[in-house]
Amino acid sequence: MSPDDFVIVWQQYPAIWAGFLNTVTLLVFAGSTSLVLGIVLVPMLMSKKAVIHRSIGFYCECMRCVPFLLLVYLIYFGLPTFGIQLSNWVAGFIALIIYNSAYMAIILRAAWRDIPNETIEAGKAFGLHGSKLLIRIVMPLMLMRSTPVIGNQMTQILKDSAFLGIIAVSELTAVMNAIQATHFIPFASFLSAVLLYWLICLVIEFVTLIFIRYAEVRRA
Amino acid sequence: MKDTLDVEDKNATKVLQVQGVSKSFGSNQVLRDVSLDLNKGEVLCLLGPSGCGKSTLLRCMNWLETPDAGSIRLNSQRFGAHKGGAKMNDSDLARMRARIGMVFQHFALWPHLSVIGNIVESPIHVQKRDKKAAHEEALALLAKVGLQDKANMYPANLSGGQKQRVGIARALAMKPDVLLFDEPTSALDPMLVGEVLEVMHELAEEGSTMVVVTHEMEFARQVASRIIFMDGGEVVETGQPAQFFSAPQTEKAQQFLTRFHQRG
Repeated sequence: MSPDDFVIVWQQYPAIWAGFLNTVTLLVFAGSTSLVLGIVLVPMLMSKKAVIHRSIGFYCECMRCVPFLLLVYLIYFGLPTFGIQLSNWVAGFIALIIYNSAYMAIILRAAWRDIPNETIEAGKAFGLHGSKLLIRIVMPLMLMRSTPVIGNQMTQILKDSAFLGIIAVSELTAVMNAIQATHFIPFASFLSAVLLYWLICLVIEFVTLIFIRYAEVRRA
Repeated sequence: MKDTLDVEDKNATKVLQVQGVSKSFGSNQVLRDVSLDLNKGEVLCLLGPSGCGKSTLLRCMNWLETPDAGSIRLNSQRFGAHKGGAKMNDSDLARMRARIGMVFQHFALWPHLSVIGNIVESPIHVQKRDKKAAHEEALALLAKVGLQDKANMYPANLSGGQKQRVGIARALAMKPDVLLFDEPTSALDPMLVGEVLEVMHELAEEGSTMVVVTHEMEFARQVASRIIFMDGGEVVETGQPAQFFSAPQTEKAQQFLTRFHQRG
């Protein structure tokens, strides 16, 4: 391998840039949607009604036990068997979202259970109940307590998105794979990809840190 | 008669009526047929050894615990059931709870809200009062408990005594019919107990209606209008503080006070 390999790789910067943007788009859209759906699911996971918490719990367990790649195969290659034909992008987004919403819900449930009972009870004693109790007291504390873990899950989503090259979503890994295949420079291509993923991870960490700073004094 | 009892009567002299309340946790019966009345302006101190059921009784008073039997009435209005016996839903219960202020042993402030945010939370979001007015009242309450300079701090940055004074201001902000105190000083450093008791003393002098679960005998002796002594989930003795502390009538109360004097 010569340093020139890297020059060849980076000469393809328009393609790399496009792949990089696609990966960031997958991360931002799937990440935020998963978090929102996790927030919606967690009251059901904590529901007193067994039918509700068992069924949502079952879904979360399923997602936790399925390899992400298999889920992508099921959605993209399996669903057409039942007449549901999805484009590669739509299939990719759906896979990322239904997989990671379950993780988010599990993360948030742990944080919810960790809130001291007296804090929530004080809300009830002061006349808050139902959705208002959730929105005013439980949810803010739950989110602040789980900020570092949510940040970690965002890096997981970023890495999961690399699988989507398999169904021809032109994200960063797929683009770099195409470059190495054309020019026979696998090491330079893949190492460049690794550096770019690392860069995105640094940004995720930075954003997480801002939220952690905000939460620090407010979550005790 | 029953009908008139089930609607709210703001002018009732009996603010809180506990009738035949029993409560068990599993096979452990913590309250046995407890009855008591609380008159307007009265300070009731609940005393008794740990595990005697006094905190559970207090928590039944605002329905944080649901009694297995018996009833709780606030200004003649029954908790948990409407006139005619229909079960109360969560929002009816919440509305009744909002008329009772509670101060918790471990403060239970909402850590994500600033000091003033804690105080205005229920007035604004439950009682739907005007935001500006609620903030002004909150600042006045903070001045009353000596914390006007802490309005924008977060609970994490306060000492235990300061947290509890915020807890009291939060309870007062709802303009409650009755204030419940659940061992308000037992989680505090001995150095900080005084500042909290001082505020409670002041409230009692102003004529607030209060129920206080406490182990502070001196406070109970000075401030209580009536002492309720409990043991084994039952009210064992009721009396004026002067009489209760100098000449307790029952053997259990005598033993309790003797043990307390030996320790203190």
